[in-house]
Amino acid sequence: MGGVYLDFEQPIRKVIERIEEMRRIADTEGLDVHDEIEKLETKLAKVRDDVYRKITPYQRVQLARHPNRPFALDYINSVFEDFIELHGDRQFRDDPAIVGGWALFGGKPVMVIGQQKGRDTKEKIYRNFGMAHPEGYRKAMRLMKMAEQYGRAIVTLIDTQGAYPGIEAEERGQAEAIARNLREMAMLRVPLVAIVIGEGGSGGALALGVGNRVLMMENAIYSVISPEGCASILWRDAEEKEKAARALKIDAAHLMKFGIIDEIIDEPNGGAHMDFAGTAANMSKVLDKHLSQLRRLSEEDLVTQRVEKFSHMGEFEE
Amino acid sequence: MSWFRKEKRGPKVQPKKVIPDNIWIKCEACGETLYKKEVEANLNVCTRCSFHYGLTPDQYAALLLDSGSFLEHDSVMSSVDTLSFVDRKKYSERLDQMVKKTGRNEAVVAASGKIDKIDVQLSVMDFSFIGGSMGSVVGEKIARSIRRSLDGHQPLIIISRSGGARMMEGIFSLMQMAKTSAYLGRMREENIPYFSIMTHPTTGGVTASFSMLGDINIAEPGALIGFAGPRVIKQTIRQDLPDGFQRAEFLLEHGMLDMVVPRRQMRYTLIRLLHFMLD
Ligand SMILES: [Zn+2]
Repeated sequence: MGGVYLDFEQPIRKVIERIEEMRRIADTEGLDVHDEIEKLETKLAKVRDDVYRKITPYQRVQLARHPNRPFALDYINSVFEDFIELHGDRQFRDDPAIVGGWALFGGKPVMVIGQQKGRDTKEKIYRNFGMAHPEGYRKAMRLMKMAEQYGRAIVTLIDTQGAYPGIEAEERGQAEAIARNLREMAMLRVPLVAIVIGEGGSGGALALGVGNRVLMMENAIYSVISPEGCASILWRDAEEKEKAARALKIDAAHLMKFGIIDEIIDEPNGGAHMDFAGTAANMSKVLDKHLSQLRRLSEEDLVTQRVEKFSHMGEFEE
Repeated sequence: MSWFRKEKRGPKVQPKKVIPDNIWIKCEACGETLYKKEVEANLNVCTRCSFHYGLTPDQYAALLLDSGSFLEHDSVMSSVDTLSFVDRKKYSERLDQMVKKTGRNEAVVAASGKIDKIDVQLSVMDFSFIGGSMGSVVGEKIARSIRRSLDGHQPLIIISRSGGARMMEGIFSLMQMAKTSAYLGRMREENIPYFSIMTHPTTGGVTASFSMLGDINIAEPGALIGFAGPRVIKQTIRQDLPDGFQRAEFLLEHGMLDMVVPRRQMRYTLIRLLHFMLD
């Protein structure tokens, strides 16, 4: 996975580039560099460990937003099989910031829905940087209701900075679209697993997040507001984003401790973007476990479990 | 001419306290200098431009409920600082100061009462408590209010007035959106009427959860209602927002509200609706 390296990934980049160069020279000169490469691979593992052991909360945010990270369609095409995309909300238009359709998981039909970011500039614009308009949430709900109608489980993949703050999104009832999803998702009579794969940004993320299980990739974040947004309001300075990221406690380990998520899906050494196949394999294993558990529950129990799960979230005294 | 222009543009987003210790106040919406007592006697509605300033939860409850029927629930419930959140101030200190300042434990008052002798559950948000923001306590009190509606098969009324989520409670505040909305899903199964009344301002996670989910959505005239705040939208799209954007009348026009109702007619409107919807 070449391409972009973040500031704090530079030590990793150096070793990876040394290995690549060594291989190139070996190829052209016909040398045996097996031992040198092995040493460098050992060094790479150590450097990665060093970098990730002392990762700061804001660096975690950067990882969750990493441009090389697997996006929803990368998971849909590796964890699932035979995906057939379904389009449109039947009211206004098709929103490319959310993709969804039938797919097979472990040989069984499911409805998979994800927030999709773009890889290059053209696709980023096409996907609106993964920020849905109301019609995106309405499409997602249409597909979820279809899954319910045919008794199929639903898997959602969350990866968005949030709902799109624009004039048209407000005109077409962004708040209503999100609110309706929260209410209707709670009442679905089929298993629903939500997985935060990258950025779980505020209401826009939650609009796909009312699952019987909520899982999170190791380097994903899930927050009520972006660190930048929080900093600009509470510190009155967006540059205080590192402080805000620390204060908000938005990493998977904290959210697990708080009982907001059910399981953390491990990422390979160096993060999901270093090894798509390994990441997909980890997701498959964890998703399979939870879907199998949920498929044993009755329709009524699935609804009750979901409503109860969210009703227990909150900390207060009385 | 100048005051007329201001009237058209509406007030600023952040409602300030209208009434200091003065006899005269200046209306933020129309700029007119008004006699304070007259505005108060007019239910905190500007006597010149009819802009609806906020009411306290007690005032709103008194306006809607049959006299003597108000019974508050969960008034002792209070917030905890689970995240040990510190921005420029500790959240725990902020909470202490708010409790002292408002004499209330949190940003919503939940009550049982009667409207025209019909038993109802009423919750009224309090903007003076950290901008009416929704943390765990607001979410839980609203959720319990819905549960009492379900248990007693009583209509539910929620008066919203909120800046959105309580950032200092992090992910817990976000989850209150799911909690309250999930319970409203149960309400729909039981066919119990829910009236959502949005007042100035209602934004963020409150709008995108229980506020928009009324069987009947009502707003006060001129109220700012939206998900993203106007400032954020302006920064994102880098252009000016149209006149009247995100105001109650704008939402009515775009199909998000059933009606815009002046405060003075709110109780009567609810009574009429209740009789249409109950046996
Ligand atoms: Zn006025």
